[in-house]
Amino acid sequence: MIGSSGAKAPPLASPLVRAIARNWSAAFLLLMLVVFSLATPNFLSITNAQNVVHLQTIGFLLAAAETFVIITGGIDLSIGFVMGLCSVSAAKLMQLLMARGLPDATTVVLASVVVLLLSLLPGLVNGIVITRFKVPPFIATLGMWGIANGIALKLCDGFPVAGLPDLLPRVGNGYLLYVLPGNFLSFFDKPPDFPDARIRELWRLIPFSLPFIVAVLGFLAFRLSRTAFGRHTYAIGGSMDASIRAGIDVDRHLVKVYVLSSFLAGIAGVFNVFQTGIGNYTTFNASYEFFAVAAVVIGGASLTGGKGRVFGSAVGVLVLAFLENGLAISGVQPFYRYIAVGVLLVFAVVVDKLFPDLL
Amino acid sequence: MNEAASPYLLETRDIVKRFGGLTAVDRVSIGVRPGEVLALLGDNGAGKSTLIKLISGVYKPDGGSLLVEGKDAHIESPKDALAAGIETIYQDLALAENLDVGANIFLGRERFKKRLGFIRVLDDADMAKEAKTVLDRLDIRIPSLKAVIRTLSGGQRQAVAISRSIYWKAKVLIMDEPTAALGIAEQRKVLDLVRTLRDQGLGVIIISHQMYDVFEVADRIAVMRRGQLAGERLARDSSPDEIVGLIVGSETVTRR
Amino acid sequence: METAKHGTAPGLAGGLRSFLGGRWVVIFLVLEIVYFSFTSKGFADFNSVQILLFYGTQVFLLAVAELFVIITGGIDLSVGYILGFASIVSIKIVNALVVAGLPVPAAIALGAVATLIVGLVPGLVNGWLVAWLKVPPFIATFSMLGVCHGVSELVINGVYALGMPQMAADIGNGYILYKAPHLPFVFFTPPQVARRTPVLELIPNIVIVAAIVIAIFAFVLARTRFGRHIYALGGSMDAAVRAGIPTKRRILQVYALSSFLASLAGVTYSFMYVSGKADAGASLLLDAIAAVMIGGASMFGGSGTVGRTMIGALILAVLDLGLRMAGVPTFNKYILVGVILVLAVIVERYLPEAQLSISEERK
Repeated sequence: MIGSSGAKAPPLASPLVRAIARNWSAAFLLLMLVVFSLATPNFLSITNAQNVVHLQTIGFLLAAAETFVIITGGIDLSIGFVMGLCSVSAAKLMQLLMARGLPDATTVVLASVVVLLLSLLPGLVNGIVITRFKVPPFIATLGMWGIANGIALKLCDGFPVAGLPDLLPRVGNGYLLYVLPGNFLSFFDKPPDFPDARIRELWRLIPFSLPFIVAVLGFLAFRLSRTAFGRHTYAIGGSMDASIRAGIDVDRHLVKVYVLSSFLAGIAGVFNVFQTGIGNYTTFNASYEFFAVAAVVIGGASLTGGKGRVFGSAVGVLVLAFLENGLAISGVQPFYRYIAVGVLLVFAVVVDKLFPDLL
Repeated sequence: MNEAASPYLLETRDIVKRFGGLTAVDRVSIGVRPGEVLALLGDNGAGKSTLIKLISGVYKPDGGSLLVEGKDAHIESPKDALAAGIETIYQDLALAENLDVGANIFLGRERFKKRLGFIRVLDDADMAKEAKTVLDRLDIRIPSLKAVIRTLSGGQRQAVAISRSIYWKAKVLIMDEPTAALGIAEQRKVLDLVRTLRDQGLGVIIISHQMYDVFEVADRIAVMRRGQLAGERLARDSSPDEIVGLIVGSETVTRR
Repeated sequence: METAKHGTAPGLAGGLRSFLGGRWVVIFLVLEIVYFSFTSKGFADFNSVQILLFYGTQVFLLAVAELFVIITGGIDLSVGYILGFASIVSIKIVNALVVAGLPVPAAIALGAVATLIVGLVPGLVNGWLVAWLKVPPFIATFSMLGVCHGVSELVINGVYALGMPQMAADIGNGYILYKAPHLPFVFFTPPQVARRTPVLELIPNIVIVAAIVIAIFAFVLARTRFGRHIYALGGSMDAAVRAGIPTKRRILQVYALSSFLASLAGVTYSFMYVSGKADAGASLLLDAIAAVMIGGASMFGGSGTVGRTMIGALILAVLDLGLRMAGVPTFNKYILVGVILVLAVIVERYLPEAQLSISEERK
C-alpha cells in the first residue's frame, strides 16, 4: 500500500509463510475457536458468540480509535477515561433533562448528541497540545488521561449514575430478531404477551450492536484504505518529513486524527450508557486504553507508525475477547488472561520484526 | 614533499568488493602517506563509500589486500580498524548530543578516580583537562568545555568528532563530506583543521563533492568511476576541469 | 554557559527566561507550599512533612525507576504492577518463613531480600525483550504489566495477601527517633508512656530507607560510568554503539534496576499496610511518569536527573496532601496532575534548556 518499509531487503520466506505471518492473528483466532469448541461444550453456541461480540462493541470502537492514532506513529492513552467521562456526562445530562420533564426519547437523543459533540473536545485539546506545543503524544494524552478521569469522578462523585430511562438498555441490548423455534418470529422486540417463564426458550438473534459496529468499522476501514484522509494517515506515520514536503498539512491532519479518536471514545461512552442503563466512570485498573493498544498491535500495527488496519485491529479485539471468554468457560482461572495477553503481544511484535515488509 | 620516497601509511592493493553480481570496487589501489591529504572523488555510485567501508572495516574485501605501514593488516571489523589507528568520521558524526565535549571524547573509554578507596567515580575534571589539551593542540576554540554538543555549531561538532579521533591516536583519518552541512565560515575552519592535522603528520582521506575544498587542502586527488580507479593526480599539477573530466569519464582529457 | 546556547534573547525578558529555565520547578514547588500553608490548616507543620514523605515513598521510588528507563528513551509501564506483585511476594515469603520456624527478625530480613531478588526477574525479562528482541518498550513492559497482574492474582487467588508479623508493621510504620517528655531520645522503639502523651516522632524508617536507596542511585546516575553510558545511549544510540558501549547489556541493567526499585517500593508497601494486592501500584504509574517529566526529562531520552525528578515527585506529593488537608475531593488531583504534566513539558520547551551538561549540574 505504501512503500515505507521498502528499503529493507525482502525476507526469503515462501508465499505461504508470508500469508500466515500477515494474518497470524486471524489464524490464531480460528485455531483458538476450534480448540475451545472441542474442549468445552458450552463454548460453541450462537448465544455465546453473540454475547462476546456484543460485549466487545466498546473494545472495537476504542481499538479503531487507537488504530488511526498508532498509524500516525502516536498513541492515545486518554480514550479509556474519555469514554468514562462521556458515559458519566451523558447519564448526568439525561438526569437533568428528565428532571425538566422531557420525554424519554427526546432526553436520550438530545443527551447523546450533545455528549458526542462534547467528545470532540478532549481530542481537539490533545491534537493542539501535540502539534502546536510539540508535546509528545504519550505525555499529552497521559495528561488528558488524568484530566478526563478527574472530571468524570467529579461529575459522578465516584458512583455510577443511575435512574435513567428504561428505554436505554432496551435499545442497547435489543436484538433484531426474536425467534421461538417452530413457533413464531418477531422483529426488534419480543412479543408483548410473551410469558417471562419461557424466556429461556426464546432465541435472540443479531444484537443491534452488531450491524451498528459493522457499519462503523466498515466506514472507518473505507476511510483508512480508500480515501486521501487514510492515505495521509499512513504517510505521516511512514515519514513525517516526506509528508510535510509532499504538502500535507501534517498538524491539521494529526488534530483530526486525535479528534476522531476521542469521538470514537465518545461513541463508546454513549454506547456504554445504552448497554448498561447507567453512567459508568472508568476504573483505574480497567486499562481500556492498554487493551486497545494491545488489540491494535496484535492486529498487525506497529507502534512506530505507518502500519495497521481497522479490521486487523478488530481481529485483535476478538482474539483478546474470545481468549478471556474461552478461558472463563473452560474453568481456567481468569487471571491467565493477563498473562496470555502479554505473551501474545510480544509474539505480535516479534512477527512484525521478522517480516518487516508486510503491511 | 617527496612523494616517491615516503612509504604509504595506509594502502589498498587491488582491493575488490562484490555485491552479488555487481563489482562495487574493482581492483583499486590507492594509498595515503603521513602528512598528506588524499581527496577521493567520484560520481554517486562510483564506489567511494564502499572503498571507505572496506578501509574502515565495515565490509570485508573479496580480493586484494589492505596494508598499514607497509604490513598486511587484518581488518575484519570496525574495531580492528580503530585498533590499527584508522578513524572514520561519518557525516552524522556519532556524537551524544546530550553530553558535553569531554564526555564525548571519552565516551566508552571513560576515566575514573577512586572515592573512599574503592568506589570508582567518573573523573570529569581530568577528562575535561585532557579534552582541552587536544583541542588546544588542534587550535580549536569552543566556548565552554562544559557545553553539551547540542548547543554547538556544525563546525564545532565536526571539530569535537575530529578531536575524539585524534585523542585516540588516529594515524589515518577518513572524513566523509566534512563540509557538506556547514556554512562558509565554518567550512574554512574545518579545512584549516584538516591542514593542521596534515602538518601534525596524519594521513587524511577526504571524500568531498566540493571541488573548491579539494583543491584547497588536498595534495593528491584520486578519482573513482564505476568501481575502478579512473585516475590519480597531484593537486598542484591538475585543474578542476581535468578532475571533472575524470569523474564523468570523458576521454578528451590529456593523460600525463 | 547560558550565552553559549542558541542565542537566548538578550534584555530583561531573555534574562528572566534564562533565570526561570531550570529553576521554575523549584519556584513552583515553593509557591505551592506557600499556597497550601495559607489554605490548608496545619499544612505548614513538621509532621505534615513527615506524612508527606511517608506516603510518598512508593511514588519516589517508582519515579526514580521510571527516570532511569526514560533516560534510555524507553518507558516502563510495568512498575506499578511489579510493586503489587512484590507486595504479595513479600508477605507470602515472610509468612512462609515464619511458619517454617525461622525467628521473626530473620524471616523479615530474608523475606525482604528474597522479594527483591525475585523482583529482578520482570525487569530482566523486560530488558531482554527490549534489548535483544527489539520489542518496543511500551509493548514489552505492558506485556509484563499483564503478566505481573495475572501472576499476582493467581498467587493470592483474586483477593488480598494479608498478615505479617507485628514486627514488620512496626518497622513499616515506625520512626527512627522518639522523644517523650522527660525521657531521653530513643531509637526505633516507641517509649512506653501513657496514652495521649505527646511523643515526638522523628523520621519514618521507610523514608530513611528510601532516601538512602535514592541517594545511591542518584550517585550512580551522575558519577559512574554506568550513568554516563545510559545518558549516552539515550542521547544517541548510534554514538554509544560506535563508542563501544555495551548498549544491550546497559539496557538490560536499566530495566532490571527499574524492576528492583519497584520491588523495593512493593516491600515498603507490604510493611506499611501489612497487605499486598495486585493493583497496589496501578494508579501510581501516572504520578511516577509525571514526576519525571515535571523534573524536566525528555520522553526521547538522554536527559533528566534524580534531584529534579524528586522535586517533581514532591510537587505531586504536596499537591496531594494539600488538597486532602483542604478537604478538596481527590478527583481534583487527577485533573491537576494531568494539567501540570502537560504544562511542564510545554514550559520546558519554551524556557531556555534547563539541562546543563551532566557534569555542570553537580556544581
